[in-house]
Amino acid sequence: MQMKPAVITGFALLAASAVALAGPSGGTVTGKVTYEGTPAKMKPIDMSKEPSCAKMYTTPPMAETVVTGASNSLENVVVYVSAGIPDDAAPSTAATFTQKGCRYIPHLLAFQVNQELKIINDDQTSHNIHPLPKINREWNKSQPPGTPPIVEKYDKPEFIPVKCNVHPWMHGTFAVLKNSHYAVTGDGGSFSLANLPPGKYTITAWHESYGDQSQDVTISGTESKTITFVFKAKPY
Amino acid sequence: MHETSVEPVHVHAPPQGFWRKHVFSLDHKVIGKQYYALALVAVFTGMFLSWLMRIHMVWPDAKIHGLELLSKNGAPGGVMTPEYYLSLLTMHGTLMVFFVLTNAPFAAFGNYFLPIQIGAEDMAFPRFNMMSFWTTFLAWFVLMLAFVIPDGPPIAGWTEYTPLSAVGRDAGPGMQWGASLWGISIAIFCIASLLGALNFIATTLDLRAKGMTLMRMPLCTWAWFITSCIALLAFAVLLPACILLILDRHAGTSFFIPGGLVASDRLQPHSGGSPLLWQHLFWFFGHPEVYIAILPSMGIVSHILINSMRKPLLSAKVVIYSMMSIGFLSYMVWGHHMFVSGMNPLSSLTFSFPTLTITIPATILTLIWLGSLYGARIQLTSASLFAIGFISMFVSGGISGFFLAQPSLDIYLHGTYFVVGHFHMVMGVASLFGVFAGTYFWFPKMTGRYMNETIGKLHFWITFIGTYLIFMPMHYLGLIGNVRRYQSFVDDYMSPYLWLHKDMTVAALITGAAQFLFLYNVIYSRFKGAPAPENPWNCTSLEWSIPSPPPWNNFGDRHPIVYHDPYQYGVKGSQGDFVMQDSPEQIIASGD
Amino acid sequence: MGKFFAVVLVLVAVLSAYPIIGNYFPLPEDISTHGHLIDSQLHDTMLEAGVAFIGAQLVLAYFLFAFTGRKSDAPLKNFPGGAKLMVIAAFLLVGTEVLALGAFGQKAWATVYFTAPKADALQIQSQAEQFAFYFRYPGPDGKFGAIHPDKIDEGNQNYFGLDPANDVDARDDIVSGELVVPVNREVNLMLHAKDFGHSFYVRELRIQQDFVPGLDLAVHFTATKVGKYEIVCTQLCGLGHYNMKAYLNVKSQDDYDKWLKEQSQ
Repeated sequence: MQMKPAVITGFALLAASAVALAGPSGGTVTGKVTYEGTPAKMKPIDMSKEPSCAKMYTTPPMAETVVTGASNSLENVVVYVSAGIPDDAAPSTAATFTQKGCRYIPHLLAFQVNQELKIINDDQTSHNIHPLPKINREWNKSQPPGTPPIVEKYDKPEFIPVKCNVHPWMHGTFAVLKNSHYAVTGDGGSFSLANLPPGKYTITAWHESYGDQSQDVTISGTESKTITFVFKAKPY
Repeated sequence: MHETSVEPVHVHAPPQGFWRKHVFSLDHKVIGKQYYALALVAVFTGMFLSWLMRIHMVWPDAKIHGLELLSKNGAPGGVMTPEYYLSLLTMHGTLMVFFVLTNAPFAAFGNYFLPIQIGAEDMAFPRFNMMSFWTTFLAWFVLMLAFVIPDGPPIAGWTEYTPLSAVGRDAGPGMQWGASLWGISIAIFCIASLLGALNFIATTLDLRAKGMTLMRMPLCTWAWFITSCIALLAFAVLLPACILLILDRHAGTSFFIPGGLVASDRLQPHSGGSPLLWQHLFWFFGHPEVYIAILPSMGIVSHILINSMRKPLLSAKVVIYSMMSIGFLSYMVWGHHMFVSGMNPLSSLTFSFPTLTITIPATILTLIWLGSLYGARIQLTSASLFAIGFISMFVSGGISGFFLAQPSLDIYLHGTYFVVGHFHMVMGVASLFGVFAGTYFWFPKMTGRYMNETIGKLHFWITFIGTYLIFMPMHYLGLIGNVRRYQSFVDDYMSPYLWLHKDMTVAALITGAAQFLFLYNVIYSRFKGAPAPENPWNCTSLEWSIPSPPPWNNFGDRHPIVYHDPYQYGVKGSQGDFVMQDSPEQIIASGD
Repeated sequence: MGKFFAVVLVLVAVLSAYPIIGNYFPLPEDISTHGHLIDSQLHDTMLEAGVAFIGAQLVLAYFLFAFTGRKSDAPLKNFPGGAKLMVIAAFLLVGTEVLALGAFGQKAWATVYFTAPKADALQIQSQAEQFAFYFRYPGPDGKFGAIHPDKIDEGNQNYFGLDPANDVDARDDIVSGELVVPVNREVNLMLHAKDFGHSFYVRELRIQQDFVPGLDLAVHFTATKVGKYEIVCTQLCGLGHYNMKAYLNVKSQDDYDKWLKEQSQ
């Protein structure tokens, strides 16, 4: 009868829009970051010069430049889409960086260009946070205890080392990225980049000591692709 | 009564018009008042900074409401950051040492009274004189700019040791443009001081009236003269030092920066320089500078003391020679600021001996002041109270110097509050007492009006007692090893002594508030003070022989002739128990 | 008012001297071998200074008391001896005393600076930087690895810029945030400045010495009592100067050996 093609088209349109409106879609790139070789042994941090922080630990915390886990997994690796996708507007939520126990939490903070960065001092001592960018604007600010959070933003993508001018062992990284498709590996070394529309992407993994590596991945629909990154560890 | 010689010599034309009369004046008196006004602004600014510092030291986490308006970065939410404390400390020291203690006792009073006291119409180089004030003003303006730039003033102290002050922004906040502004400001200040010193020296040597031999000059004139000789050599060394510092900061040179330094995670692109070179150059200036700060006050105090006790000092000549020896020895002692600096330890011993030797002329002066009071008829006015208070303060401050002059003791006391107490007592208090004394004493001459004596005496008592309460405890804190230039005291050994810092802060706030009594007195009396005669204190020196305030050319169309030294007191004079310098009358002893 | 001034001066003299005489601000205990020389020098100087200070203030007070408020025809007198006496007094009393103290005071200075450390003194290197002190021990090979400023990596706790990958001597170097020393053993502390001027000050050791960038300086000392003492920076070095410190940890020889062994693992 005459109605059938119209009904079928109507249903098809409904189905398509239902899928489109149903929420996240697109492909996913997942994987793990591991290392091979012998990584440098992390040493405990000597905080004796700052007793107000030292007393917060029963055993001294370890340095975090290379944090490894089970099965040779590597933490604090930023995995992100470096090519193949347009830039995203910054989200309205702030990225928070906390100074607590005379350490930076998290050790590596990934956020986007022009996203608000909020820095909190949760210690009894004054800190002076000094990010050391090469292309962004350099600044450093003291934050006495009990003062309001420092609010800043960066307008260019860059991996920025961060240090505390007062406590030499405090080091961290700001990973300022262009789009919202990024992850930072935690314990276990795994990452997952979701909601990738069909296309060809370059996925880059960056570690503060071991450099960066890239791989190309093509997404055609909603499939999940798995890749691995293996970094060469250095004993010193 | 006042005899004159023939042809008056005009140094410049009478001033016409508002700008020439009050702004770009060639008249040494206007220039003296301009220096004084600048010093007043600087001293109240410096005092305000010290209040902020002292409040922060004892309550480091306190919100000082409004401070965030002065500096958004320096005091987020009104809480002073550690670097802003150091900025305030640096500006406090720089303002006080240069713009107050060099300006007020020396440039202000010296400019106003030296030409008159020697019987001259003006300084030898009136145009240089005007330039020297406006150059000083420019230096002050450049320095104050450091407060308004985003990164704030420098944080390396008024001594700006290298390489901290030389590498630029990697040294910390304020060390980019703040430190450059400091270097430029002080270099400009050096030029101004050199012009001023040249003027004083030429004037004193060439423009003395007939009969005014060098030995007949008042003791304050001698002090200004000796001070300008010291200043000529001292500022001549600071100027190139500042230029070298600016070159290191902006031209890539390495006078003061060795190689291999890593700051802010960056290898500094310099090599071959010596941080100790800056210290030598700076202190070669810096030590004579503190004598530049105290000698004029010694002269002013001597002059006022003689007048108020109606009796000359035991020997003016000895005082003159003592001041000269202090000036001479002041050039041999600069290394005592560097005993533990890493310079050759044998040099430290070598510097120690002239430092100890300076005690001798300083003691001679003190003993002569004290000894002269014996058998005098002391009249206590605001001026003489401060002059006598100077003696007490100079003794206290000078004696702590005796400890620091010995390298073995300096091992323990260097860099502690013992040093801070010492230099505040001699410079911050004693030298300033000379300025206060001079103000109360010469105000009637400069304005034709008295300052209010009741307020003046109240100002003295609060200041005298208050400054002892602030600065004497610093010596005790030094003895237990309280380190200086700390924004707060977090070390374990300091906790039993924080109460003393609180007491000192309270004393500082009260004593500082009392200075507003002085400011009020100056301003109010300028317009509403009781009229004063030409010679209200029955003083002998030439400034008291001319109207109050003096005409533009001081002596009118006459050129005075001098017959006596300025210490003719306790004699049977035609005007009382004194004889003025330009009076031809014979001196008749009073017979007792 | 003159009488009042006199009373105030007496109070100033007495109240200023009181905390000293009552020893309310005592020197910290002396744990060094040369400190007694400094302490006795300080004591002698304090005595002389005290006499001069109290004497001068009291004389001033007395003269104010006696010679203010006098009638306008009261006779003027001159101090017997006049200026000559003052000059002689200044030269003899003050000059000789002051110079004598200075001359005798050399001993303490010489002990610290003109005596070389013994050949078997414990060699430790100290680095001062914004805003911490770090200390380096040569390790079992007894040799210090070279310092490479470009290899400094503080996040990895390589404060000295050692290069263990290429420099064998550096591999066993021990870096510590505390200065740990054995009691009664002479230590030669080499002072290296990483960035700016700093200073090493331990009150109980009666030692203070600036770190100067570009200069190889050293201080030697022997700590005579077990315990923990504060090392503080006394040369303005930037915003964190007030918080720049470390601990001197004096241990018994056994405890020190144990500690050293633990660090090597």
